[in-house]
Amino acid sequence: MVRTFIVYVADHPGVLNRVSSLFRRRGYNIESLTVGHTHLPEISRMTVVVAIDAQGAPLVEANLYKLPEVLHVHDISSVPSLHRELVIVKVAASQDVRPEVMRVVEAFRARVLEVATESLVIEATGSEDVIDSLIEGVRPYGILEMTRTGRVAMTRGSAPVFAPGQVPPKGAAPFWNSGHLTVLRNCS
Amino acid sequence: MRTGAQILWECLIGEGVKHVFGYPGGAILPAYDALCGYPEIHHVLVRHEQGATHMADGYARAGGGVGVAMATSGPGATNMVTGIATAMMDSSPIVCITGQVGSKFLGTDAFQETDITGITLPITKHNYLVKRAEDVAPTLRAAFQLARSGRPGPVLVDITKDAQQSSCEFDRSAYIPMALTEGKQNFDADQYATAIDMINASERPVILAGHGVLLSNAMDELREFAERASIPIAMTLLGIGGFPASHPLNLGMMGMHGEAWVNHAIQEADLLLAFGMRFDDRVTGTLKTYAPHAKKIHVEIDPAEINKNVRVDIALLGDVRQVLTRLIPDLAREDRQRWLHYIDELKGDSAVRDIQKLPDSGHLYAAHVIHDLWRETNGNSIVVTDVGQHQMWEAQYYKHEQPRSLITSGGLGTMGFALPAAIGAKFARPEAEIWVIAGDGGFQMTMAELATAAQEELDLNIAVINNGYLGMVRQWQEFFYDRRYSATPLLSPDFAKLAEAFGLLGITARSRNQVAPAIREARQRRGTALINFMVEQEDSVFPMVPSGAALHQMIRRPSPLVETAASEA
Ligand SMILES: Cc1ncc(C[n+]2csc(CCOP(=O)(O)OP(=O)(O)O)c2C)c(N)n1
Ligand SMILES: [Mg+2]
Repeated sequence: MVRTFIVYVADHPGVLNRVSSLFRRRGYNIESLTVGHTHLPEISRMTVVVAIDAQGAPLVEANLYKLPEVLHVHDISSVPSLHRELVIVKVAASQDVRPEVMRVVEAFRARVLEVATESLVIEATGSEDVIDSLIEGVRPYGILEMTRTGRVAMTRGSAPVFAPGQVPPKGAAPFWNSGHLTVLRNCS
Repeated sequence: MRTGAQILWECLIGEGVKHVFGYPGGAILPAYDALCGYPEIHHVLVRHEQGATHMADGYARAGGGVGVAMATSGPGATNMVTGIATAMMDSSPIVCITGQVGSKFLGTDAFQETDITGITLPITKHNYLVKRAEDVAPTLRAAFQLARSGRPGPVLVDITKDAQQSSCEFDRSAYIPMALTEGKQNFDADQYATAIDMINASERPVILAGHGVLLSNAMDELREFAERASIPIAMTLLGIGGFPASHPLNLGMMGMHGEAWVNHAIQEADLLLAFGMRFDDRVTGTLKTYAPHAKKIHVEIDPAEINKNVRVDIALLGDVRQVLTRLIPDLAREDRQRWLHYIDELKGDSAVRDIQKLPDSGHLYAAHVIHDLWRETNGNSIVVTDVGQHQMWEAQYYKHEQPRSLITSGGLGTMGFALPAAIGAKFARPEAEIWVIAGDGGFQMTMAELATAAQEELDLNIAVINNGYLGMVRQWQEFFYDRRYSATPLLSPDFAKLAEAFGLLGITARSRNQVAPAIREARQRRGTALINFMVEQEDSVFPMVPSGAALHQMIRRPSPLVETAASEA
């Protein structure tokens, strides 16, 4: 069973290392982990997909909260939410099969990023299932290279998971109170 | 204007630090140079940085404050690793300060550069790399707060040499330590009501008291709770001292080397009340058969411990003391006669096998040494143990009445812990009598700290339980590896002479009638005294739950032992 966690972290050097080290030493299996900036200054957001059952999920959350730079954790596995992944795939596509490949591209609402003499570079976003199907659709023609981003996720509805001004409901010491950080000045 | 090094010391003073255990070197030199300007700080020069961390740890455990250890970069910092991991496993609040190469050299493999924040990442609550003088004060404030807050633990602050040397504005008088943060709590009324119903309805409840009782100062509340509802208490190794040994409701230590009646009571209980303990494998035996009839209520400050090893029915998150305070008023007064009487019957059966009942046959048993030490000190000493058989005998035979009177490495089981931790404890509690109980193996791991004790003119007492073996490992080899004593026989120096070489008193005791006189001589002596107790070599710790076995499947004290000893007498 995989579960999806949204994790807000202070945008400090080494935070990704701390999070991944935690998952490693507790033996949690990461299916995918993506991280990037948010609209909040100095706060990054991770989407972590972990192979774990419902009993183990609260422990993942509690352990994440032990890291002082983790500001907010939300297990969205049972919350209606949007999941997206991006794939870029380079497909062998000589002139004779190219129209067939293009039909696959259209069927999946994918985009062509580059047209070369013997290949096409295709980009698509969608849920993992859709991406999986796209890949199976082009595999017969020969995949030369491929990269997937892993899942990014957002809950449905207008309430944000974590908003400026919200006091993070966490157990660990609020590291950001120390004053030397501008992190979360907006939110604390 | 102040240099980062000056700010460092002024922050420590602001945090109430009086003693720092450390060892200098290139990258921490500016800090050591600035130390000359702060006579209010007493710096204890250790002989190995591992010793500094154990001293800080012992200081914290004995006194309840934060211990501070200091070291240089590279090898100085890496020598701290064992002590940091020890403090992490046992939730001991220490702050470790390390020098680091200049910020311009970071990442270049400069002389004595090591990534100590990377190395200690999994064994600290958090760590910081400070590269500017401006960040020294806020980082230290946060470090001390974090070390003490919630579930305590070690924090490391790595400060580059240039951050120590450069200057910035700092107002020393404005420094105030940060208030502790409240841990996550759930004072959910329904949960509390259910918990109370479960407790009041239970017929065979047992309290499992852990280190959290001591860390939250919940001794009085625990006692009130237990007495009001007549619930017997089993102790974890680190919980010992949280409830007086002489109290009729105190069953003693549970787990791998717990007495039979304690483990049987747990296995037969209908309700377990776990207070500030974490169901370590050394106390549960195999989880498949652990307390099969018991509902479980877990009172714990660390949410990551809930349902980690044992699934519980109710979790009351928060400081043990606060939670107990809320529960006590609704607790029904009960006498639970049948249950307590039943446990007493279990006890009777085990007591006849007790090694204490052995007549003096000329053999010196470690259990006798510890029993006599308990009698001679009226149970009022702080005892700091090392790791091994002697540690378990201490836990079984020294009856601790006071909190913070047993200091031992439980979670990590770090050999070499005792002597340095005792040195730290002595600085926290200078008025207290302190005994080190160490094995011949573990003592040799950190015995260089005898020089520290001598240099500091400390009044410590050291009992080396000398069995000529890495005894606990030998015991496992005897029981589970067909008596193949691979790499466990151990040659040692003459420990009494060794003590003398440091200018300390050294005594050797070989028979039971020499034990009490030796203890008296050591106690009378001002300054550190060491007694080398030459004990029975192939003695084993009983009872024992083999690892992987059920908690009630103990290897019991062999009755033949009683017969043998009796026939010899
Ligand atoms: C640093 C370290 N290394 C190895 C061990 C494994 N170990 C546990 S107990 C023990 C034997 C301890 O021997 P000794 O200090 O003589 O004490 P005794 O058991 O004989 O009382 C060993 C080697 C350990 N706990 N710590
Ligand atoms: Mg030994």
